Amino acid sequence: MIESPPAWPNDIYASLKALGVRQLPYVPDAGHTRLIEMCLNDNEMRAVPLTTEEEGVAMLAGSWLGGQRGALLMQSSGIGNCVNMFSTIRVGRYPLLTLITMRGQWGEANPWQLPMGRNAAAILKLSGFQVLDLDAADMAAETVAAGGRTAFEANQMVAVLISQRLIGSKAFTPAEDG
Amino acid sequence: MWDPSRADRYPLRRREIVEHLIKDMDDLLIVAGLGAPAWDTTAAGDRDLIYPLWGAMGGTAMIGLGLALAQPNRRVLVITGDGDMLMGLGSLATIALQGPANLSIVVLDNERYGETGMQATHTAGPADLAAVAHACGFEQAATLYDEEEFDRATPTILEGEGPLFFAIKVRAEEPPLVLPPRDGAHLKDRFRMALLGPGQGVNPAV
Repeated sequence: MIESPPAWPNDIYASLKALGVRQLPYVPDAGHTRLIEMCLNDNEMRAVPLTTEEEGVAMLAGSWLGGQRGALLMQSSGIGNCVNMFSTIRVGRYPLLTLITMRGQWGEANPWQLPMGRNAAAILKLSGFQVLDLDAADMAAETVAAGGRTAFEANQMVAVLISQRLIGSKAFTPAEDG
Repeated sequence: MWDPSRADRYPLRRREIVEHLIKDMDDLLIVAGLGAPAWDTTAAGDRDLIYPLWGAMGGTAMIGLGLALAQPNRRVLVITGDGDMLMGLGSLATIALQGPANLSIVVLDNERYGETGMQATHTAGPADLAAVAHACGFEQAATLYDEEEFDRATPTILEGEGPLFFAIKVRAEEPPLVLPPRDGAHLKDRFRMALLGPGQGVNPAV
């Protein structure tokens, strides 16, 4: 069965463009694949692959020091890698916009993803974030726009959690069954 | 293989190195890693375009990358320590891939964790930071051991085409504390206002 790709990654991309986001550090996630591709192909954006998510937190402090807006793309498992670096953002009253694709949530079949997925929102809130849930495709553009406005104009830490229900849960099909 | 005492005998002194690099170089955009590198830059003369860290261990070079990409026409100088660099080794791969021509990373390598009691780091053993940087893709990455090597490298650090990486072996010593302001928001806002204009403080107009 061939399905046409969902439009919400395009909507997020358009919202990031409208916000004037220029630096896009990321650790890949299947749910961010198309958004990352669009950003990599955009000459006005700098999409930067990271070796670990906390690099992106530090990088966005630097981008703001230099006058550019940015956003960090990661999956929920990366939140734990960032916790100490979030302190830099909080104590410096920096804006930080992060778009997080959720694992360990709706229909998760990999038990190793569950602990960080279940704790994602709580850890973010403890770290000082406003957490916005995105679980309906037609809300993608305005959720990212609203989060970006609060982040960049009110100097806040804002995380948009993109529901696994929206992305679709990953199937693990052993070869002998496939 | 692990020789925690050899750095006691290194000839280069951290305060002199930093003063030599940044004194009167007012156009430099400087990110100083937590602990002694931040105290060293402050001792050379605290100023708005120095962003000294009191935390963010492992993140100093990445702050430098974000700044260098945002300000491609300005020289960005990261001055940090071996402990901070060891915690962010992966960032060397990330930075080399982006290849910022205006970024220089200087590690003041005293082979110690200076803020926690001068315990030996991995660079007192076989770890070679410049070799890691080179292997990650820094075409210019070197370790400097004496004054002659440092003097020869200084113009490259300040003006050479980046990304550049220099580990400078400095004596394990604890010069008197010279502390920068502690408030992170103040340090950020003064940097942005000095670089981008007086309206770019807490509530930027952009």
